[in-house]
Amino acid sequence: MTTTTITNPTPKSDERKSREARRRFAGSSITTVTWLVAFIFFAPVIWLVMTAFKPESAAASNPPVFFFVPTFEQFQAVLAGGAGAYFLNSLIATGVSTVLVILLAVPAAYAVSIRPVKKTQDVLFFFISTKMLPVVAVIMPIYVIAGQLKVLDNIGTLIVLYTAMNLPIAVWMMRSFFQEVPAEVLEAAAMDGAGLIKTMRTILMPMVTPGLAATALICVIFAWNEFFFALNLTAANAATVPVFLVSQMTSEGLFLAKLSAASVLASLPVVIAGWVAQKQLVRGLSMGAVK
Amino acid sequence: MKFPPFRAPKPPTQTAPGKPRTRTATAKLLAVAAAAALALGGCAPAGAAKDTIVVAIVANPQMKDAVSLQDDFKAKHPNVDVKFVTLPENEARAKITASVATGGGEFDVVMISNYETEMWAANGWIDNLQPLADATDGYDTADFIPTIKDALSYKGDMYSVPFYGESSFLVYRQDLFKKAGITMPAHPTWDDIGKIARKLNDPAKDFAGICLRGLAGWGEVMAPLNTVINTYGGQWFDMDWNARLNTPEVKAAVTDYVDLLHDAGQPGAATSGYGDCITRYSQGKAAMWYDATAMVSSIEDPASSLVAGKSRYAPAPVKDTAAAGWLYSWSLAIPSTSEHKDAAWDFISWMTNQDYIKLVGNKIGWERVPPGSRQSTYEIPEYAAVAKAYAAPTLDAMYSAKQDTSMVNKVPYPGLQFVGIPEFQDLGTRVSQQISAAIAGQKSVDEALKQAQQYAEPVAKSYQEGGK
Repeated sequence: MTTTTITNPTPKSDERKSREARRRFAGSSITTVTWLVAFIFFAPVIWLVMTAFKPESAAASNPPVFFFVPTFEQFQAVLAGGAGAYFLNSLIATGVSTVLVILLAVPAAYAVSIRPVKKTQDVLFFFISTKMLPVVAVIMPIYVIAGQLKVLDNIGTLIVLYTAMNLPIAVWMMRSFFQEVPAEVLEAAAMDGAGLIKTMRTILMPMVTPGLAATALICVIFAWNEFFFALNLTAANAATVPVFLVSQMTSEGLFLAKLSAASVLASLPVVIAGWVAQKQLVRGLSMGAVK
Repeated sequence: MKFPPFRAPKPPTQTAPGKPRTRTATAKLLAVAAAAALALGGCAPAGAAKDTIVVAIVANPQMKDAVSLQDDFKAKHPNVDVKFVTLPENEARAKITASVATGGGEFDVVMISNYETEMWAANGWIDNLQPLADATDGYDTADFIPTIKDALSYKGDMYSVPFYGESSFLVYRQDLFKKAGITMPAHPTWDDIGKIARKLNDPAKDFAGICLRGLAGWGEVMAPLNTVINTYGGQWFDMDWNARLNTPEVKAAVTDYVDLLHDAGQPGAATSGYGDCITRYSQGKAAMWYDATAMVSSIEDPASSLVAGKSRYAPAPVKDTAAAGWLYSWSLAIPSTSEHKDAAWDFISWMTNQDYIKLVGNKIGWERVPPGSRQSTYEIPEYAAVAKAYAAPTLDAMYSAKQDTSMVNKVPYPGLQFVGIPEFQDLGTRVSQQISAAIAGQKSVDEALKQAQQYAEPVAKSYQEGGK
């Protein structure tokens, strides 16, 4: 008995050790691959940021320059080029359209997920079908209508379009978050005498806050980056940041460093918004994923 | 009232009072949303107490200089406020065309080229500027370079006025030519250029004998190639509007162009356009380059070019004609929808007058002066000094850029490096894709031109039927 108990564990622990070593090796190689993939994905961003701090001649040089004296020259040039008005327009168009989308999408998503009716599926399909037509196919009618209504180059037009553009996605996203809420919770609330508004405010909304944050951020990103409508429907008064970015390009002369600096500035608000909402986002985005 | 079962159980009595509350809440939300949109929509265009004009320009360095000098205009015209929309060439062209063609009315001044001017004037999309120019003291239209003035006129009146103009010429590295014991002929032919390029080509050192555009696009490869087609006796359409892209002359021109690129051109020529050639030549990676005269502002700028001061300029190479250069101008026009025409003309006359040239020279630098618009520019001693190497070749190229001197056959359309018909933007781009494919070696020149001819035939037919 005693001998077996003493001798037996040795091979076992050896086996365990080698298994552990193998596991550790596998773990570390996965980590390495993860880092590598992350680096490959992040490399263009690093390159963009690096280029933004280069002088124009270094940005255009071939082979590429990796070591250089960083300069803020490009950022100064971009800011001196009247970036402020474009940022303000983007901020208004993005902010107001996102608020409108959330205000409209939450009740709609509540209706289609918590209280569906006979044709709910059709309604949902209709929402998403509006995203199936390529934007380029409708730009001319929209342009002509906006021209007739005298609302070209008007930030209100962009707000309406961005709201319409993001609404279907927001309804679908919020619907999936509402569906995660157990029916028993709503049942209990109803049993305790909570009305619709109270249920929404005190039960539903706190439970779907991460989802709401994820939806809002998606809307912010889409509206902030939207280029096609902004390019075609705005001119001097309502142009947004993406239009400002292309205006840095020219067919004559060098522009890569300046364009990179403008791109870095344009990306900052979205990066900051994502960073602020990080905690909610991770929960929100995984809410749908681990269904 | 026949609802399917709710997911959540119906609360016994609270539903009834809940329902109207829902409606009220929704109505409130919608009202707030609508109010916000309207409020923002309403407030955006407000604040136009002064006469505000919106100017759409192409984002080229010389246009950006005009933006930076706007205070001078505002000082002279305190009652006019100017707002600029600056976009790269392709986006600007698409946006301006859409706006002017549909009467969008966002712009009071638009930057267009000699490609658009005649067509748009005929369509009534832009205003006749001749009366305004004639009525403006000190605004001398006779001073414009004659070929440019003609290209921007419709029925003898100017419908747009030039901000700058360009032709095409050949730049070459004088230092390398000297070292190799080669002399550039005063009026080189394409045969001369082919021989020199093949001699100087050194792929092992990533050095090209010549840089030529190969990138698809009617404004890219088709620009230089069309001047080659012209001087070889080719044409897109004959006087009876028959498509002529499969003639022996066009074949010879395209074959020589493609062969030259294969034998002595820059690597990756099929995706290389004006921008790439600027970089390549400026970095000292090509012995010659045939392109727009506007190239000088980049390759003679020591800040961005390694070969500044090392180049000389020769006229566009020819075959069967006396000249072969192209003609292009960025010019300013007033869309007929503008509601601020006087203020728009004030701005245009400021930006295209002789005083503006001096203003740029004194405030920014004489090498940044917009060239190729006014003859008097070339008489300014300061400009003559900085542009010594290229002023005379540029002016010569512009004077001789006419269909009579650059084409063998008569054609029914305006333009040298483009065909001045609205269909050309699309047709030229599709044909250029075929040429680009031939340059890339994906198809033969014969196959490319056969396809090009098929593209051109329906366009030709529409003009035959239209009786034009």
